[in-house]
Amino acid sequence: MTSWCKAALAALTLMLGLAAAGMPARAADTTSAGAPAGTHQLNTGADADVWRAIRQGVQGTSSLPNPRAGVLIQSEGESWRALRNGPIATYGAWALAGILVVLVLFFLFRGRIRLDAPATGRTVQRFNALERGTHWLTAGSFIVLALTGLNVLYGRWVLLPVIGPEAFAALTGWGKLAHNYLGFAFMAGVLVTFLLWVRHNIPERADLTWFAQAGGLFSKNVHPEAKKFNAGQKVIFWATVLGGAGLGFTGLALLFPFSFGGLQDMQLYQMIHAVIALAMAVIIIGHIYIGSVGMEGAFDAMGSGQVEEEWAREHHALWLAEVKGERIDPRPHGHHAPAE
Amino acid sequence: MARMKFLCDADRCIECNACVTACKNEHEVPWGINRRRVVTINDGKPGERSISVACMHCSDAPCKAVCPVDCFYQTAEGIVLHNKDLCIGCGYCFYACPFGAPQYPQAGNFGTRGKMDKCTFCAGGPDPDHSEAEYKKYGRNRIAEGKLPLCAEMCSTKALLAGDGDRVSDIYRERVVARGFGSGAWGWGTAYQMKSGS
Ligand code: HEM
Ligand code: SF4
Ligand code: SF4
Repeated sequence: MTSWCKAALAALTLMLGLAAAGMPARAADTTSAGAPAGTHQLNTGADADVWRAIRQGVQGTSSLPNPRAGVLIQSEGESWRALRNGPIATYGAWALAGILVVLVLFFLFRGRIRLDAPATGRTVQRFNALERGTHWLTAGSFIVLALTGLNVLYGRWVLLPVIGPEAFAALTGWGKLAHNYLGFAFMAGVLVTFLLWVRHNIPERADLTWFAQAGGLFSKNVHPEAKKFNAGQKVIFWATVLGGAGLGFTGLALLFPFSFGGLQDMQLYQMIHAVIALAMAVIIIGHIYIGSVGMEGAFDAMGSGQVEEEWAREHHALWLAEVKGERIDPRPHGHHAPAE
Repeated sequence: MARMKFLCDADRCIECNACVTACKNEHEVPWGINRRRVVTINDGKPGERSISVACMHCSDAPCKAVCPVDCFYQTAEGIVLHNKDLCIGCGYCFYACPFGAPQYPQAGNFGTRGKMDKCTFCAGGPDPDHSEAEYKKYGRNRIAEGKLPLCAEMCSTKALLAGDGDRVSDIYRERVVARGFGSGAWGWGTAYQMKSGS
């Protein structure tokens, strides 16, 4: 952590000192108390401009075929380092820890959300094989991508001290390969998810009611009506589709270096990739919780695809009515007396 | 303890590329990788300047700070080295390095870029000094032989200086005093300024 602080401080100094840094060298290194002279004895005014330009990244020529060889100094690397090792890593860690704490508190306070009425023993099909296959393709690849990606960002601080440098480097090397290839599975999963479900995820009026009642998450017997997907699920859907598109694009740019831009673009893509990845990891941890331990009956939807009718009535009343060909019950919390 | 530094006197460099060639030959650097390069600013125009650049062995080295597998280390003399057995070829050190020093055997990241390679200040790597493994991965270890980097030794105009930072800046100061001008110790601000540690 202290080195992050140092890096952030260095970046600040860098920004504040940009003008000063633009000057030709001032060797302030402690080991060379005697700074090289001549700094103030430039022979022409033009010289100072040349050095300033170099410091700011002007490109010269070199005899090498590498198109980036002509740049002498790229200061953006220091900002990239300071941002990635600093705020991105720090706030990312806080966000990940934060969601875990929130979920533990939620579990302690609310417990597992159970059915409010007895189960009927009847089930309805919620997701077919294609929908479930797509979900698990996306989810499985996401989990591996998230673990291997977070390992690239945090493993050095968390895992390396535990398993040692050799084992950690081998693991991270394999993780990188997995990350690079599974990215395509994830992108395919997100694309099919989008095609299959976009028509069920268009925002509508009922979503406002759902939000106003916080989805009934915090109270028993409160069940705002929803169609196939409630407002919370729509948020997850759009976060996955938009986040997935962003991760896919920036991920591809990282995968094929300099095909999508220069070095500064690469640094930018890398940071965007990390920020979106962290945000998505936080959202998906919440999603995993509510789809497993958090709510009775929820997992079946993606497990067998068959959900208990009472569960469907409580959480997706409008959808259940649609599936069963019933008329839609106009009452807002209408799970008590369904027309049957 | 000496703090090793490079200094390229831009008022002397004539872009002969002897340093580049000497380095490639001494370390049998693979095709496509150049640990040192010469860059010319304002080529063919008034105010033309050439500068030989390689890894500057920075204080508080950015490459070291961002490496996901933490494979860099800095010797007591300030030389920044890395362990190729640990490197996963992610390219992060290249994003962070101000001087474009890290190089890769392959251009693409799909699969891998290969192990990163850069100037070692002719100090080899973590394998035993003068071992076959060290030579194959990092090149010759001249420092262990009591010698300084070959690029500077071969420099035809002695524009490129390598060695203890205090001695290097003394030599440079003498030159500036004698000739009455100097362009400044190029890159020192970026490599060694505002940075803590050795
Ligand atoms: C969609 C396809 C994806 C592609 C093509 C992709 C590609 C990449 C690449 C090339 C890197 C650079 C490091 C390396 O070479 O391993 C990277 C880093 C990373 N990726 Fe992905 N990725 C994708 C999806 C994801 C997902 C879904 C997550 C997790 C939620 C994720 C999280 C990360 C993280 C945390 C890093 C490290 C960032 C850092 O070190 O600052 N990526 N990714
Ligand atoms: S010049 Fe680049 S590779 Fe060398 S120590 Fe500095 S940041 Fe690292
Ligand atoms: S390319 Fe190798 S040395 Fe450079 S940051 Fe990645 S793992 Fe570290």
